[in-house]
Amino acid sequence: MQEVKWRRLPLNSNYAVAYAVKDCDVDVIAAYPITPQTTVVEKLSEFIANGELDAEMIHVESEHSALSAAIGAAAVGARTFTATAAQGLELMHEMLHIASGLRLPIVMTIATRALSAPISIWCDYSDLMNTRDASWITLIASSAQEVYDSVIQAYRIAEDPRVLLPVMVAYDGFIMSHTYEPVYVAENPEVIREFVPRRKTWLTLDPDKPITLGPIANPDWYYEIKYQQVVAMEEAYKVIKEVDEEFGRRFGRSYGVIEKYRIEDADIVLLTYGGLFGTVREAIDAMRKRGINVGGLRLRLWRPFPAEEIIESVKGKKLVIVLDRAISYGARIAGPVALELMSTMYRMSEKPEVLSVVVGIGQRTVTEEDIAEITALGMKYLEEKRVPNQTIYWGVRA
Amino acid sequence: MSSKIELPPTYKDIEDLIRVDRLPTIWCPGCGIGIVLKTLLRAIKKSDIDVDRHVIVSGIGCAGRVSGYVRLDSYHVLHGRAIPFAIGIKLAKPELEVTVVSGDGDIVGIGGNHFIHAARRNHDINVVIVNNMIYGMTGGQVAPTTPRGARTTTTPYGNIERSISIPLLAIAAGATYVARWSVLHVDHMMNSFIKMFRHKGFAVVEILSPCTLFASRNGIELLQLYEILRRKCKIVSNPDPWESHIDIFGDKPIILGEFIEIERPSYEELVWSSIRG
Ligand SMILES: Cc1ncc(C[n+]2csc(CCOP(=O)(O)OP(=O)(O)O)c2C)c(N)n1
Repeated sequence: MQEVKWRRLPLNSNYAVAYAVKDCDVDVIAAYPITPQTTVVEKLSEFIANGELDAEMIHVESEHSALSAAIGAAAVGARTFTATAAQGLELMHEMLHIASGLRLPIVMTIATRALSAPISIWCDYSDLMNTRDASWITLIASSAQEVYDSVIQAYRIAEDPRVLLPVMVAYDGFIMSHTYEPVYVAENPEVIREFVPRRKTWLTLDPDKPITLGPIANPDWYYEIKYQQVVAMEEAYKVIKEVDEEFGRRFGRSYGVIEKYRIEDADIVLLTYGGLFGTVREAIDAMRKRGINVGGLRLRLWRPFPAEEIIESVKGKKLVIVLDRAISYGARIAGPVALELMSTMYRMSEKPEVLSVVVGIGQRTVTEEDIAEITALGMKYLEEKRVPNQTIYWGVRA
Repeated sequence: MSSKIELPPTYKDIEDLIRVDRLPTIWCPGCGIGIVLKTLLRAIKKSDIDVDRHVIVSGIGCAGRVSGYVRLDSYHVLHGRAIPFAIGIKLAKPELEVTVVSGDGDIVGIGGNHFIHAARRNHDINVVIVNNMIYGMTGGQVAPTTPRGARTTTTPYGNIERSISIPLLAIAAGATYVARWSVLHVDHMMNSFIKMFRHKGFAVVEILSPCTLFASRNGIELLQLYEILRRKCKIVSNPDPWESHIDIFGDKPIILGEFIEIERPSYEELVWSSIRG
């Protein structure tokens, strides 16, 4: 096996995506521009035009068509890619279910962005959270390096015959999509291509062996077919961990399904996802210096939800503060991850208190001080034994 | 934006229709959209229709920002969806004069199907398409209106696709008033705007507008793009829509004019007459 040679480049997360897609030797890309995703596709156009990536780029006229084209290409066995954000992801929604229902291993990246109306081009996770039930494996990265690595892992996961589900890799719009970080990319992409070998693992259209994809399923079979997606998600959970471990052994970087930061001896745990975890870590260091026993957890895998790992990590803690950047309107616990965590913890015999906090909506800035103040508030609630059973909307001018 | 912007004296006549508090606009220096806005507002003043009855609807894009700068009832809706929104307004309140102002990508790209069917039904709305031949707002990617050969951020060595000709599409789909001008043809533009307000049916006015991103991607100055328009645009009476294809860097002239002006009952007339019996 050839050794990987790394090249250290200044890349934002959008460019990190483009490099990963190139290094995975994708065949067909179909995309429509939308801020803050656009430079992913611009970079890929450049790679294709310069002959660095041998792929077809389809400049479709909407996101609905983008995913449709990717579905068509995947259905004949091509390795496909698309990327979007916000309204684009909403417009794709119908096709999200087609991609997963047809069990096509499409990979898509999302530079997360707030939803209209009113129009906001800025970051939050309302677009991503709206896709929760679309049967896509969903990874949320927190650095440009992780974005690069996750896209590579995504192809391995998606195309694994035990899985065959599409994968989304999400990261903060602007905060990550447009921020440059040092990223190690392979100088010899053959090595990456070895890690994501071309295997025809999924059912494809083939004139020699004609099949029909996606015909009508009546009440006698529809349920069983959908249940296969349930099983595939369960399988995916194992495969995601396997692939990440193998990636670690091969390339020296792995992430797990959750990331822990100083939680061993912590009484209080801050749980969040995406780029915000960087701020949370800094805040934890500062609070630790002041003698506050706080640690951090980052959700890297959103679907399938890493229930066991989460339960294991919060066991014995006094309080988990969940920082969500999306709102499930009308829910008492309106942070999507907080809600998920609480239902996951329901059967734990001794469980920590949970404080659900919404922050960063429409990219309202979240500072280290905010995190410290939120933690202090959580501790006060805990002490007074009155952790509210409803979400706190941090910093809103209500 | 704290410093108050003053409009130049040449804007006095339309100052009351501009939301000065929202200036400066997001448009790049030299962009043609401002000319469209200014001309549209003058046309609104000159129309025999009460200002309060004018409604502006736009989708997303640089041209779509027009709705945010007018002191009129205006709606900034989703990318591609200005036309169905406008139809809804017109059907609910037929006494309103509803004008869509948006980009080429917005109206004939992502919103193309709405455009076709609104034209087919001859909805009594006006559609002003600011055609800069590119997706401006997102930074200059190839659009369905980008001429073959033109460079964009997603076609770095030139676009291989054929572009849509808006007049041809509009007429084929059933539009009953179709004109094309450029931002250099302000008087003609003004006339067409006034006509489209009077017209009962689906009126389309395409305005060619130079975009600084389009120019820079193609290795020319923005002023050179204006110069190309000045040189190549040819006003024709009763132009042939089959000749309306835009070949921006070639020798063929760019045909301007009123491509069609006919009468056919609008959808609204048909609906309201069938309801009234
Ligand atoms: C569903 C959806 N997809 C993508 C976008 C991103 N977007 C905003 S404006 C625009 C294109 C604008 O081009 P055009 O309509 O030609 O108007 P211009 O900016 O050139 O005036 C795009 C793709 C969006 N807002 N919504």
